[in-house]
Amino acid sequence: MKKYFKGLTAAAALAVVLPVANANEAAPLVMSASTAVTSAELTGSVPEKLNVSKANVFNRLLKKIKDPNASPVDDGIHDTANDSVHALQPPKVAYEGLPKSEYGNHIDWVKALDDGFLNPRYDRVDPEVEPFVMDLDIVRPVKASVPDVVFPHKPHTQWLHCSNCHPKIFIPQRGANQINMSAIILGQKCGVCHGKVSFPPTTKSCKKCHSKPKPADWKPPLSQATVKNPWR
Amino acid sequence: MGAKTERTSMWKFALLGVLGWVSVFLIPQPAEAEYADVVINNYADAAGMRPVVFPHWYHRIRFRCKVCHADLGFKFKAGGNKITMAKIIDGKFCGACHNGEISWSVENCAMCHSGIPGTPTHISGSTVQRLVAPAYKSLPQ
Repeated sequence: MKKYFKGLTAAAALAVVLPVANANEAAPLVMSASTAVTSAELTGSVPEKLNVSKANVFNRLLKKIKDPNASPVDDGIHDTANDSVHALQPPKVAYEGLPKSEYGNHIDWVKALDDGFLNPRYDRVDPEVEPFVMDLDIVRPVKASVPDVVFPHKPHTQWLHCSNCHPKIFIPQRGANQINMSAIILGQKCGVCHGKVSFPPTTKSCKKCHSKPKPADWKPPLSQATVKNPWR
Repeated sequence: MGAKTERTSMWKFALLGVLGWVSVFLIPQPAEAEYADVVINNYADAAGMRPVVFPHWYHRIRFRCKVCHADLGFKFKAGGNKITMAKIIDGKFCGACHNGEISWSVENCAMCHSGIPGTPTHISGSTVQRLVAPAYKSLPQ
């Protein structure tokens, strides 16, 4: 990790320093400002040996997946002492040619199905059985300023059966389902699948569900603490 | 003189930068299990078997969710199905396909029982797992 940061800073320095060195000869006038910065860095306003504590590393809580779609042999949950693990297919091999996404398996499964890259069975034995697809969008207004949610039945019914969600997870009645993001993240409601198997709620994927912008004259409702603020 | 020392330290920086970048690609990076891989260890450890690793991605390429989660009765809950080998050889759960007809049969023990012993039941990459601070308690399903 430390090496990585060293590499980054040094490479950034390289990116800054090298063009400066070249431009020094070509255009001395333009360079005056940036040379001041670099020479200050090099002559002592920044100490030569950095003594930044390890407690103050750049982003100590950001977890990044280094190797998405790792093969079973080095994914950290398979026992490599088990010979059968080496017979398992690595996901990357199976994902060849499938449309990409930025989260989850890094595969856009719905698009893959729509574009004909996949033909998963709807029945255990009969490959000819067609799914019962319902094309109905449900708009769910959202209290906060984020765009309203549009729930598309179509991609869901392409994969699932009505009985998977109704009536146990979602009561099939308007206004009967209270949903909030905390519940979803903890694995309830949409979170029964989204965040476990289907695309997860992340900052990058918010707009996949929150896709209907608020009307132009929409204003966020003021909180009671603001309305009744005695110090206002 | 001053310009010369400046230039040498520049090259030191440059070299360090290049080495840094190269080392990023050379040192083995910690990998993470595939999103939605399920480890099931309800009974395996206690029976002296490795826990089961179920690759969701492999199965969803071949079957829609409906086949297992509606027709075969798999609940949407890791470890919530109380799967045992007795049920599998009766043709229930995994045994509906892993019977030597639709897919390979149950004598290939280690193909499923392939996890690192002691791994608890979980879904890899789930939102709850990825929270910076653990949620107090996952709400009852």
